[in-house]
Amino acid sequence: MRLLESLVVNSNRSRDTAVEVVDVCKSFPKVRALDHVSLRVEQGEFFALLGPNGAGKTTLISILAGLTRADSGSAKIMGFDTVSRYREARSNLGVVPQELVFDPFFTVRETLALQAKYYGVVGADAWIDEILHHLDLTGKANTNMRALSGGMKRRVLVGQALVHKPPVIVLDEPTAGVDVELRQNLWTFIKRLNGEGHTIILTTHYLEEAEALCNRVAMLKGGRIVALDTTANLLRGMSGITVQVSADAVPPRWQARGSVQASGAFGFTLSGYPELETLLSAYREANIVVREMKLGEADLEQAFLKLTSRESSAAEAA
Amino acid sequence: MSDAIESNVAQRAGGRVSVGGSSFALGPGFKALFYKECLRFWKVAFQTIVAPVVTTLLYLLIFSHVLESNVKVYDGRVAYTAFLIPGLVMMAVLQNAFANSSSSLIQSKMMRSIIFVLLPPITSFELFCAYVFGAMVRGLAVGLGVWLITFPFVGAAAAVPQHPLWVIGFAAGGSAILGTLGLIAGIWSEKFDHLAVFQNFIIMPLTFLSGVFYSIHSLPAFWQGLSHFNPFFYMIDGFRYGFFGIADVSPWRSLAVVGFFVVALSAIALRMLATGYKLRQ
Repeated sequence: MRLLESLVVNSNRSRDTAVEVVDVCKSFPKVRALDHVSLRVEQGEFFALLGPNGAGKTTLISILAGLTRADSGSAKIMGFDTVSRYREARSNLGVVPQELVFDPFFTVRETLALQAKYYGVVGADAWIDEILHHLDLTGKANTNMRALSGGMKRRVLVGQALVHKPPVIVLDEPTAGVDVELRQNLWTFIKRLNGEGHTIILTTHYLEEAEALCNRVAMLKGGRIVALDTTANLLRGMSGITVQVSADAVPPRWQARGSVQASGAFGFTLSGYPELETLLSAYREANIVVREMKLGEADLEQAFLKLTSRESSAAEAA
Repeated sequence: MSDAIESNVAQRAGGRVSVGGSSFALGPGFKALFYKECLRFWKVAFQTIVAPVVTTLLYLLIFSHVLESNVKVYDGRVAYTAFLIPGLVMMAVLQNAFANSSSSLIQSKMMRSIIFVLLPPITSFELFCAYVFGAMVRGLAVGLGVWLITFPFVGAAAAVPQHPLWVIGFAAGGSAILGTLGLIAGIWSEKFDHLAVFQNFIIMPLTFLSGVFYSIHSLPAFWQGLSHFNPFFYMIDGFRYGFFGIADVSPWRSLAVVGFFVVALSAIALRMLATGYKLRQ
């Protein structure tokens, strides 16, 4: 498609910094939202910003977008400081906000055209047509924003973030409320943008999405970065397998390691497949019949839970 | 097509966009926001233009019918209905200029769609000009509508101003003041209740007590003196001077007061926008 050809913003995929955050702190009354956060995202990366509610993800994004001012520290987009060179920084950034916001006076096309003009993009009709096509909104181009479903409004927000072709795109929970099929279409589209050189920063509650899409991950908790590494390294740190066993009891020697799952099965985290044989031997020796067994490999969700719980324990110990 | 867009976005170097221009230049962001502000009220023109014209017409029908033969203004040199019309026109200009910028701001804040104008590289000066000029356009459009519809009441000869430049100057200055005040009110307000305080306890009393319906010379000395502290009085008196060549105070004095408030309120609004007061955390 011409869309993707025209979206090439940095085809040489140089490893210059797209986003740089240095020692940023931000406090609100009664809460420290960000506590000395530093991170760097290189151009062309697909980067995930993960964390539980209240971790500081949206505050960090707001600082990048100029919607919130940091108490200390600095943030740069494509080398431009978000305060002293805010016009350049904002021109290089597209943000899909978490909240489902829209202007009720305008149609989908008017909304996109206005947003393009705010950034100085003129003669964008064909470009807007292509965005509408890729977001499956062509049939709704002349529909008022009020008449759209939640998922459609979300896609218009994505379109608004892309309409000035920013090299850096931040997606704050972009698939919340979007059905499965459209979510897949959206990710296909975003992946192709990334493939064309756009830097993507994503926050999501769907950790499997982050695992499948992102090269690197930062995990935030309580306003601090608790992990910042490649997705592969984080998963490597979670070597082992999980097993869920449906049986009437747990062998005596394994009772300390078993936990009751929501399904009623007993869950175990094992170092690897050799230990699985040990577990099954224990069941045979104890004459406990295993009715069903499910195996799972370590995923980002486990890494996330492990890292965030480790951080909680450290905080409590301190 | 894409190349054409590319060249208009800004200068791209190594994949990044750079932007030029000084803080007081009016760039594409201003044009877009100004256009959006006008489009916004134009889409609901029946509510934003026709309705206030009709309401003002009702004022004219009632007050001119009841008071025409009972009230003498400017020692009888001007008929009461003719006297009333410039006051009503200016009242409509002022109220609608305030309504436009204040409602646009508070609505977009309440619905969080304000983010769409805070994310782009629009300067605070551009934001200020776009909202105020949008408010002026609506105020002047309603004022023009009111003026045109009152022709049959006094005849074209009496309705045409003697000094059009004064009329244009005070209409522009008054709408700029109220557009700016609406911007300040919209930024300051956190809910529609707050805005109602502005409208009901500041704008409405100051408008009604500004000499729209009477000459301040018909008031007791105390109230006459008090009226001189009401900036709305100067806007309406100066505007009326443009129609009849007669006014309660010198039009130059009125112009000075209007000029002072344009500058003072603009400085406050620009400061609020530059610091992100109640807009950026």
